Amino acid sequence: MVPLEHVIALSAILFTIGTLGALTRRNLIVILMSIELMLNAVNLAFIGFAWAWGDLAGQIMVLMVITVAAAEVAVGLGIVIAMFRNRDSVNVEDVSLLKW
Amino acid sequence: MSVEALLFYVFALAAVGGALAMVMNVRNTVAAALSLVITMIALAGIYVLLHAHLIAVVQIMVYAGAIVVVFIFVVMLLNLRQDAFPPGRLRVFKWVGASGALWMLWRFLGALTPHMPAVQERAEGFGGYRQLGRVLFTDFVLPFEMTSLLLLAAIVGAVILAKRRIG
Repeated sequence: MVPLEHVIALSAILFTIGTLGALTRRNLIVILMSIELMLNAVNLAFIGFAWAWGDLAGQIMVLMVITVAAAEVAVGLGIVIAMFRNRDSVNVEDVSLLKW
Repeated sequence: MSVEALLFYVFALAAVGGALAMVMNVRNTVAAALSLVITMIALAGIYVLLHAHLIAVVQIMVYAGAIVVVFIFVVMLLNLRQDAFPPGRLRVFKWVGASGALWMLWRFLGALTPHMPAVQERAEGFGGYRQLGRVLFTDFVLPFEMTSLLLLAAIVGAVILAKRRIG
């Protein structure tokens, strides 16, 4: 099997791709998907370390993260729908009232 | 190179490719969501290789099966037009943030190698539902119960947010 470094490197690469998506895209739905990608990258790091140490606590954390991700998507997409109803857009540049 | 290592690299390539396709697809949000499914399924394969069998099943059922379906459902519900995202002005802060993220990845990958622990032996049945369930319902039973509260709050919040008129 591969060394742990490669698992953690893959996790870091996926996290960076998710960060880039969340920072550079303007479609709110794609931003939410990028955040899901970042959560997945963190899950991979948890599972990699659980595998290396033979400790199940990391896998339990992943279950918790998946639950939080599901809750986040439910609320986040509710916000998207409310925003679309009020502004007729899911472009984040159209909701800049609180921005300096 | 063993079969497991080969499979790991194949799945890793699929995961990175799906992630890049998701982030760089500026035209079609549904296609971006389907690229995210590729990443999720590739990650589930990697979880199997890392002896996290239950998590791999949960990953496919919850992420690829439920979360992405909700995304696609919302995209189709909103019926976005192609011209909803006109080319914006140059965002300096955005690109500073993006290059900062890439610089951090570069530094992280450079500093990665010497600090990793050695891979230990695992007990029989590691990552199966039996062992995971025992740990979840003994050592981690309080976080598990608090999860139900979180889900309740999320359900109520989603219903309130998506409702047309309150009261």
